[in-house]
Amino acid sequence: MSPVDVGEAITRAHREEWARVVATLTRQFGDLDIAEEAAAEAFATAVERWPADGVPPNPGGWLATTARRKALDRIRRENKRDDKHKQAQMMYDDSPDSLGAVDDERLRLIFTCCHPALAPEARVALTLRMVGGLTVPEIARAFLVQEAAMGQRITRAKAKIKAARIPYRMPSADDLPGRVSGVLTVLYLVFNEGYLASGPDTDPVRHDLTAEAVRLTRLLRELMPSDGEVAGLLALMLLTEARRAARVSASGELVTLDEQDRGAWDAALVAEGHRLVRERLATGRAPGRYQILAAINAVHTSARDMRDTDWSQIVALYNQLVRLDPSPIVALNRAVAIAELDGLDVALAIVDRLEDELVDYHAYFAARADILRRLGRSEESRAAYDRAIALAGNTAETAYLARRRDQLG
Amino acid sequence: MQYLVSVIYDTPNSATSDEMTDIDAFNDGLQADGHWVFAGGLGAPGTATVVDGRGAEAMFTDGPFVETKEWLSGFWIIEAPDLDVALKLAAAGSKACNRRVEVRPFL
Repeated sequence: MSPVDVGEAITRAHREEWARVVATLTRQFGDLDIAEEAAAEAFATAVERWPADGVPPNPGGWLATTARRKALDRIRRENKRDDKHKQAQMMYDDSPDSLGAVDDERLRLIFTCCHPALAPEARVALTLRMVGGLTVPEIARAFLVQEAAMGQRITRAKAKIKAARIPYRMPSADDLPGRVSGVLTVLYLVFNEGYLASGPDTDPVRHDLTAEAVRLTRLLRELMPSDGEVAGLLALMLLTEARRAARVSASGELVTLDEQDRGAWDAALVAEGHRLVRERLATGRAPGRYQILAAINAVHTSARDMRDTDWSQIVALYNQLVRLDPSPIVALNRAVAIAELDGLDVALAIVDRLEDELVDYHAYFAARADILRRLGRSEESRAAYDRAIALAGNTAETAYLARRRDQLG
Repeated sequence: MQYLVSVIYDTPNSATSDEMTDIDAFNDGLQADGHWVFAGGLGAPGTATVVDGRGAEAMFTDGPFVETKEWLSGFWIIEAPDLDVALKLAAAGSKACNRRVEVRPFL
């Protein structure tokens, strides 16, 4: 096998096996720290050994066995040093893995990392580290945080899990919907940070983050195939990700939906997203928030031209969403759709009423500026663009807003 | 595993009689299900005395050791197998006493 092939085999094994190895070790040793360290050591050993020894026939099994040995080594080392440790840590479970239980292990890991008793930013970091297998420096870079601070955030979260005894198990049936929704929030946060990256020095779209969010959501979908909101979030991500290539121009400017080259959309992702939306519709069950957002995006991606968009359906979906989530941000997005269906004046009246609640939100002023511009009210539009530019954190979006402002008559 | 459930409040009023009825019912449940260890309400921060017995002679200072807008007005110590169970009990306790609570594990 060539060095390139071995490298690819290691990358693939990392992508496919990391979460499984960490999850299984966490159950066996009852300690996230030991699981994480032993998994990392096992992969480091693979990098060292596979080029010389060849890729083992069952890379996942090899990694699991190696990692378990590393964990036992560490515990033996620590036992020699500290007898008290022995009592605490020898309660590991050495039963052989039954194959069916393995998927549950990864779900448990996800639920533990996204536990509501952890700070939201710690949930994101821990999920990317333990489930996604990203390194601490990678996560720190992704969220523009110093490496030491990110390391500490993860360490503190692991310490709380241990000291407060956050359980490593599936939530009870009563708690499940709320806990799944917590996991989806974490995954959507990762996706959005990738899709509309904040900060002056990052790429406007961070494909590494959107891809990781999609991958983890696919995993969750595989583990919870009948959960409607999991399917909804995956569909929403796919239909958003499908437009990525058309979303930023060659000159690095954000391209809004109405001006995007729809031929540049990823047809395979669109088709997969539509399939998921249709699957949920066929169940006849009342959709949750992500399913409605996915349906809205399905309507957008069904139109070959902006003018073919079925705005009445989009407004109907937003009306449904407002009933579930009466937040001003949903109301703003609904107003933007209303502008296309009922006219700019109707939309502006709705937008005006939202100003108090959205006074710090760049998208509020961007939407308002656009409506005023189309109404020919240039001076007011200019003022709104100025506010939007001052609040926007994404470089491509700032460039787009500045061009629109400078083109005002 | 034991957890301290602290009751957080911002005025020195003790529980109303309605709240006391709910707290009693909650405590009965804790005892029946084996979660009860201990519980109690505390006097207002103004009733506190700080004691420093490290020197040759003990020093007594009037008042709480730190002035805050909110303080500990009571607590439960509960027995629970893990944080999920503790948080559920704490949520019911918070509802019963009509105040926010904080959950902390014992070492």
